[in-house]
Amino acid sequence: MAVPAICVQDVSKQYHIGDIRRGRTTFREALIAAFVAPFRRAGNVLRGRATGAAQLDKEFWALRNVSFKVEQGEIVGIVGRNGAGKSTLLKILSRITEPTTGYSEMRGRVGALLEVGTGFHSELTGRENVFLNGAILGMTRAEIYRKFDEIVAFSEVEKFLDTPIKHYSSGMKMRLAFAVAAHLEPEILIIDEVLAVGDAAFQSKCLNKMQDIGKEGRTVLFVSHNMPAVTRLCGRAILLDSGGVIDDGPAHKVVSSYLNVGYGTSALREWSDSANAPGGEVARLRAVRIISANGQISEGVSIKEDVGMQMEFEVIKGGYTLLPHFYVYNEEGICVFGALDQDPVWRRQPRPEGRYVSTAWIPGHLLAEGTLFVNCNLITLSPNILQFKVQQAVAIHVADSSDGNTARGDWTGRMLGVVRPMFKWTTEYFPAAAPASSAGSGRDASRNNTT
Amino acid sequence: MNSETTSRAEAQAPPLIRNAPSKGWVSLGLRELYDYRELLYFLTWRDIKVRYKQTVLGAAWAILQPLATMLVFSIFFGRLAKMPSDGVPYPLFSLAALVPWGFFAHGLNNATNSLVTGANLITKVYFPRLTIPISAVLSSLVDFFLAFLVLICLMIYYRILPTENLWLLPFLTMLAIITAMGVSFWLGAMNVQFRDIRHAIPFLIQFWMFATPVVYPSSLIVNPIMRMVYAVNPMVGVVEGFRWALLGTATQPGPQIIVSTFFALLLFLSGAFYFRRLEKTFADVV
Repeated sequence: MAVPAICVQDVSKQYHIGDIRRGRTTFREALIAAFVAPFRRAGNVLRGRATGAAQLDKEFWALRNVSFKVEQGEIVGIVGRNGAGKSTLLKILSRITEPTTGYSEMRGRVGALLEVGTGFHSELTGRENVFLNGAILGMTRAEIYRKFDEIVAFSEVEKFLDTPIKHYSSGMKMRLAFAVAAHLEPEILIIDEVLAVGDAAFQSKCLNKMQDIGKEGRTVLFVSHNMPAVTRLCGRAILLDSGGVIDDGPAHKVVSSYLNVGYGTSALREWSDSANAPGGEVARLRAVRIISANGQISEGVSIKEDVGMQMEFEVIKGGYTLLPHFYVYNEEGICVFGALDQDPVWRRQPRPEGRYVSTAWIPGHLLAEGTLFVNCNLITLSPNILQFKVQQAVAIHVADSSDGNTARGDWTGRMLGVVRPMFKWTTEYFPAAAPASSAGSGRDASRNNTT
Repeated sequence: MNSETTSRAEAQAPPLIRNAPSKGWVSLGLRELYDYRELLYFLTWRDIKVRYKQTVLGAAWAILQPLATMLVFSIFFGRLAKMPSDGVPYPLFSLAALVPWGFFAHGLNNATNSLVTGANLITKVYFPRLTIPISAVLSSLVDFFLAFLVLICLMIYYRILPTENLWLLPFLTMLAIITAMGVSFWLGAMNVQFRDIRHAIPFLIQFWMFATPVVYPSSLIVNPIMRMVYAVNPMVGVVEGFRWALLGTATQPGPQIIVSTFFALLLFLSGAFYFRRLEKTFADVV
């Protein structure tokens, strides 16, 4: 029986946040604190409060009793909102910092990429930085020599290899850095989402490379905010929230429970407090919903039904012409379509202050089955200024009932395609009795979109 | 950080890497340090490569600094103050001390600040943290060798031959390295949390120089017991040893060197343990 590649047992990590965020940073403060502490502690005891030096600081648990195991060859996504403890977990797994209690164990050579291009020195040339960065990531000199040509080819910066990288564009630096990282061959790879920066082409290159790594049977732990990437790359995902594991299971399920955190459904997100809602002084988003034809919040929808994407926002400062819109992404991270405001009344006129509920109706027989992620944005027009942009605000789970009345016909297997519209099919038949001229089936397709 | 990598040779079993809270004093992790020797090499190499980038004079700085200091000292202490110099020309007397001293001062300064300058590495990658100050001290050796060449030229100029005790020089250099590392383990680790250290370093180096026989001969101290107490400063043994081995000063620094070696080792080991103890907090506080 194989031992797990990664074993995390009851890991907790505590940070002290004193008056100064990083604790006492000067001698003076340390001396004063050392002098004052006994008195304060005595005072606390007298007042019947808990004792101990730790209690004097403000404590903050970045992680609380986190346990999980990862088998060899698994690709696991770690998801969670900002401050959920993802980065702390990675820092403990990569041994950058110690847990306060509990332990983590890894079997195999570990490569941790918490940042692209760690240790790059701007005065050194591209060539020199490849060696330096490689060594920092844990490659041996012989290994770097062996892979050097490959790394350079991958980075596409051959021409500038002997130029100090301070003269590189940020894109070139990024490519070089990723090229080194991509040629790291650890048994366990830990990646922070920093890898997913850069332009779209670079991102997809990164993701493809990660997929290859997974196929080679290596264990990958991948932290990301990019839900489509997680569902696409990872078989399994772990959801962290305020330092604890909330969910652990198949990626698509965990991703939808990630979208559910605090709401009970991935089809609704609300901001009860206007001050904390996305947006600025012109408008603020208050809710995003996925609704069915009868207006109910609808988590799962049938491929046949119309489904509404709804945003509720308040205009705080009137007089602007607004363009509320949605973008819908599938699990592969492909943008399926955008839906920009078509409202006949409000579309071209400045809006007074107040609440607005805008709904875009997606016709039935259009979406492919699976999970779709909805970005919810608002722009004020001329000049065009983005007022809010909430990525993966809600999700639509589309189910294709295999009853023969959808685009998949009587096929029950896997079906490709970004959309799944119903087409009108016709067939002409020429009986076999007639000699020669064999049949060519007519393929007259037309879209069949209901509204 | 209590993280142990078990031997890779162990029956092909993948190494088990464990991260658990450590309490109190931890081992020096020498084996792991050895496993990361290539990183040590690259960090040292980087420091050397980068040091004189974008300077006009480049590595000439390594020569100019001790040379200029030697000139100033010769004029003020040698000519004007008529400082005794154990029977060797004062320029040579002071340069023979300035070469190891300059190495010590630079190494100490670089290494103490190295952990803060290397904060981006510490918070993003795991490796034995001791490699940072060690590589900072080692990279100062290049300047030391260049300055040493100047010293040789000056010896030729004054037609002074080194003594048969020359073989002790590598040992004395080692002593200077160990001292610089020992002090920077202490101060570098403190500097991570208390940035006061960074500001205190220039003063410390200045005071330390006057506590070391750089501008004056240690033969000014006559009482043999006081000479021993004096050698508690390991740089006393280094500097006196350099003069004795190279210029043949009749100071008989043997006992002093022994005392200095003892205290250098003490400083080095205590510093390394102290560093290892604080190391686990580096990524959180730097």
